[in-house]
Order: sequence, then C-alpha cells, then structure tokens
Amino acid sequence: MNGGVNREITYLEAIREALTQEMRRDPNVFLIGEDIGVYGGAFGVTWGMLEEFGPERIRETPISEAAIAGAATGAALMGMRPIMEIMFMDFVTIAMNQLVNQAAKIRFMFGGKASIPLVCRTPAGSGTGAAAQHSQCLEQWFVHVPGIKVVAPSTPADAKGLLVASIRDNNPVMFVEHKLLYRTKGPVPEELYTIPLGTADVKREGKHLTIVAYSVMVPRALEAAQQLASEGIEAEVVDPRTLKPLDKQTIIRSVCKTGRVLIVHEAPVTGGFGGELAAVIAESEAFDYLEAPIRRVCGRDVPIPYNRTLERAAVPQVEDIVVAARRLVREGK
Amino acid sequence: MTLEAKTYEAEISEESRRLVRELPVEKLTWMLQKMCETRYFEEKAEELYTLGLVHGTMHLSIGMEASPVGSIAALEPNDLIIHHHRGHGHTIAKGADITLIMAEFLGKEPGYCRGRGGSMHIADIPGGNLGATGVVGSGMPTAVGVALALQMLKSNQVLLCFFGDGAANTGEFHESINMASIWKLPVVFVCDNNQYGMSMHFRRAMNIERVAIRATAYGISGETVDGNDVIAVYHAVKKAVDRARGGLGPSIVENLTYRWRGHSKSDRNLYRTQEEIEQWKKRCPIMRFKRLLIETGIMSEEQVDAIDKAAKVTIDRATEDALKMPEPSPEHLEDEVYAP
Repeated sequence: MNGGVNREITYLEAIREALTQEMRRDPNVFLIGEDIGVYGGAFGVTWGMLEEFGPERIRETPISEAAIAGAATGAALMGMRPIMEIMFMDFVTIAMNQLVNQAAKIRFMFGGKASIPLVCRTPAGSGTGAAAQHSQCLEQWFVHVPGIKVVAPSTPADAKGLLVASIRDNNPVMFVEHKLLYRTKGPVPEELYTIPLGTADVKREGKHLTIVAYSVMVPRALEAAQQLASEGIEAEVVDPRTLKPLDKQTIIRSVCKTGRVLIVHEAPVTGGFGGELAAVIAESEAFDYLEAPIRRVCGRDVPIPYNRTLERAAVPQVEDIVVAARRLVREGK
Repeated sequence: MTLEAKTYEAEISEESRRLVRELPVEKLTWMLQKMCETRYFEEKAEELYTLGLVHGTMHLSIGMEASPVGSIAALEPNDLIIHHHRGHGHTIAKGADITLIMAEFLGKEPGYCRGRGGSMHIADIPGGNLGATGVVGSGMPTAVGVALALQMLKSNQVLLCFFGDGAANTGEFHESINMASIWKLPVVFVCDNNQYGMSMHFRRAMNIERVAIRATAYGISGETVDGNDVIAVYHAVKKAVDRARGGLGPSIVENLTYRWRGHSKSDRNLYRTQEEIEQWKKRCPIMRFKRLLIETGIMSEEQVDAIDKAAKVTIDRATEDALKMPEPSPEHLEDEVYAP
C-alpha cells in the first residue's frame, strides 16, 4: 500500500480525505454530529468540509448523542450511509441504547430483512490531560455486541483505507480513532482505496516474539521493537487493525513462528480485548508453539487520572513494552 | 379536544358524529375491519399462550385498537411507521399479512422476522412498517433518522412514530422531538397513552396532565384526543400528517386510551382496581365505533356484524395456517447477524 507513495499526510488529514472523497463519490454519505461544521469538530477532523458539502450533509446537531445515534440508525435503515461523530468516545455511553439495542439488532431481529450501514467515528484514548471522562478506550464493549464491527487504525494510510471500507460496509461500524495519532504523519495514496475489514497487518517482522497491538499502541510497540533490536531481540509487531472481524490467522501464524506473544492495548486490562486475543491464541495451534506464557501489557484498572505523571502511569508506555518483551524473551515469563 | 384536555368522555362526541360522514364508507369499513382483526388476533394470541403454544411474552393492546387504526388510517399507503412492543394493532393496520404476523408470534421460519423477533419486534419493511422496538422510547431517535432521510431524499412520505406514555419520560423522547422540531422533519409522534407504564400510572410519572402539553416546549403542535374514538384519532393525526407532509414539521398527537389486559404475562394487576378496568371496558373503542356507524345510518347492524365475523374468520384461518408452518433451523443461526 505504501510502497512508492511519496505524499505524507497526517492521520487526521487521511480521515478527512476519506470522508471527503467518499462524500464526493456517493451522495448518500453524510456526516452528523456536534460542532462538525464551522468549528470543524472538536479535533478539527471535519474542518473545511462544510464549505464543500453544505449544512445538509455536514449536519450539526444539538448535544444529543442518543438522537445522533438514532438519526444515523434511522437514516441507515432508509438506505443512506450516515457517518456519525461522537466527540469523545466516553460519550458513546449516552448513545449506547441506539447503537447496541437498535443499530446492532435491527438486521437480525427483523430476520435479515434490513441493514444498517452506519459508521460511528469517535476519538478514544488518554494522553491529553483530559482526565477520566474524556480519555477512555471503550472499543471492547462493542466487540462484545453481535451486529457491530470495530475498527481501530494506527497509521494514516490504514485510517483512510479502513474508513472507506467502513463507509461502504453494510453494517454498523465503530471507527475508533486515537487523539494522539491525529498529528502523526505517514504516506497515504491520494486516490480512493479500501483496506478490507478483518485483515491484520504485520507492521514489523521479527522472530523472537510477537507483539499484538492496535491503535496508538502500534507506534509504541514499533518504537519498543527498535530498542529491543539494539539488544538483539527481534520483535514482530502485528496490528489487527479491526477488532471485529478479527484476522485470527495472521496473529496465530505469527505466534507459531515466534513462540512468544505480548498483547498490548491502552484500555484497562480486566475485561479488555487482550483477554479475547489471548484466548484466540490459546485455543489455536499456536498453543503448541508457545515457549512462554501469553503476556499482556495493558491499561491499569483505574480511571484515567489528570496529572501527567499519573496519566502516563495508567497506560502502557514504550518502556513498559520493552521491559515486558525483554523479560518474555530472556526469562520466558 | 384541546390542549386543556376535558375530562374523558365515554359518549361519542357530536364532532365525531359529524366528521364520520366526511369519510368514504370503504375507509370506515377498513377501520372497523382492522380494529376487529386486532382484537381477535390478540384474543387468539392469549388463547394460544394459555394453551402453552407460545414460547415468549406478549403485550396485548386489547381496548386500545382505535389508536393505531385511526392513526394509520390517516396515512397514504407508502407512508411509514415505527412502533413499539405493544404493536400488533399497528402491524395489522399497516397492512401486514396476518398469517405471517401470527407465524412470527409463534416463532416460525416464514414469519415476518423468520422467528428471530417474535411478538415484540415485528417489522414489514416492504409494507412500510419499519419495526417495533422493545426498549421503551428507543424507536423515537431512530424515527428522527428515518424522517431525516425522507427529508434529505426529498420524499413525499411521512413517518408515524408511535410511543407510549412511559416513553414520554425517557431522555430519548426529549432529544428526538427536539431534533425533529429544529429540522422540521416529516414525522408525527403518536402517543398511545394507555395510562400505565407497566404498573405506574402516567400521572404519577409526570407533573402535567397530558403528554401533548410538552409540544409547546418544542414549538410544535400538540393535541390530546379521545383515543377510544377512532374518528377523533383519525382527524387529529390527519391534520398532523398534512402538516408534516407540507414541510411544517413534527407534531405530537396523544391518543388517551386504556389497556384492559396486564402489561405482559407477568402482570397480576395489583396496581389498579377491577372497577377501573370494568369502567374502561364500557368505553370499548370497537363497540363505540360500531354504534357510531349504526346510529349515523352509515351501516346497518348486519353490515357491521358481517365485518366483525369476517375478521374473526381471517384470524382463525391465519392461526390455522401459521401453526402448520415450519420452525427455523439453528444451523443458520448466525447468518443474519451481519449484512453481506
């Protein structure tokens, strides 16, 4: 995908480009959310789009997350392709009934005779000093709901291709962005392209251990891998990119190769997606190849604190990944 | 009736006696037919339940038939509805095949939702019935989206979003009606006010006398009508539908009615008196409509009886056919979770 691409844009610009190009291509695509017009969204993702598409398709709403999710659900039921924005992932709590009980259920509950092609874009994650109610990673809640797909890109190129695929998907898709990734840059093709949901990407090849990480933990895992390489440990970094559907084969294949696996995510460890990943690996043929226990480096079981030091301590940092990986390879635990 | 809401009147109003003459006999016949079909459907549902032939729960609307039928009578055939857990009447009035409704109630594969939804989630998308929701109030935000799509697609269709008095006190009620009002969406919010949210009387659940009064807070029209008078319901909803179709935005129409049966199968009726129920049975919407048709000379007693009997036959036949239908197979259980 990135081979031969010279243009570098940010993750945020890649998302905006996907939105813009899809809206130009398909008149049924529209955006709905709070402050997405002149303001450009809380993080500026939709900045400038109002001028091109007008207030009908860049539809600003009152602070009504339940009605935003309902409006997206109902419009999707009618064959539109709404992209709703929830300003902070923490606020999906208010939209939960529409997403979980309506959007996710309508198709199945009505015997497969309807579909809900909506995307819910939302920024997750800590690192901005926004404390406990504006920093959560809640993607694992949605993984647990049949009827919803969950995407969490880590690079600008992945963000664009996966967002286009999400918009064209005929199901509700939670598209979980990360605030700290918005300003990161990478090569992104200018033309429209899709990355199929359910395809993992090996971000770095290695032979001593597999690090499975998604979203902001991918760049941290890659940085850790670089440090580890200097001490002779070659880490393979696998980015599932979509949590549901999950590309189990790529993960299992990697663990079969390396015999060790470290699972990394920002969300709190207990009940997090890492548990599911560990189970997938343990239930597979990779179990026979394991030379050490499956380990997790995840967020601690605390609300995200305000203070910078405390905030950093609450979620995995590069050094945490390095220490855990080294221990796994050198000490087998 | 006005917003000031007079005391409930059991008698047929002079207005309804006058208005009923404005409607073609075919429409009146259809209204009586659908009300009778709803009643017999639900009595049959109760019977099947008692016989142990029904797996899940059911929410009966016996005594409330004028509300869905009178409201849906105000729609054009390609208009849309979203309704709720007590939705047999809405589904029947929207023209669904009764055999397939019964089949769904019995959990059969040919049923509307292929046995996946049951009584509480019947939808007939091609027929404009966008489905029933089982979480009180949750059809309302979805309705905003449906109406938004209608507006964006420049459709001439209108959506009726039915909700109950219980839903009126959810947060989704507020968010939805507010959003629909600021965008002037082509939706009418119809409140089937049957007076009880499970066991809680609506006057214990809100500090105002009528749900429709809340319309004022959203700058839209609101009207409370005698929900057991199908003609009054029809006219109030028709006015609201015309406004919605004309680009004037949403309205609330509150049909004040009463459910004779319990909330669901778990209900032991501890929260109201038998006298209260009996009093409301005297205001049966079907009996009143029949009387109106006969007293105004629009139909003879024989004609009214014939419609009633035909409805019963329809339900009996539908039940017989539905009972013979096949069950769904678990081997395809996951097929419909995601769309291709």
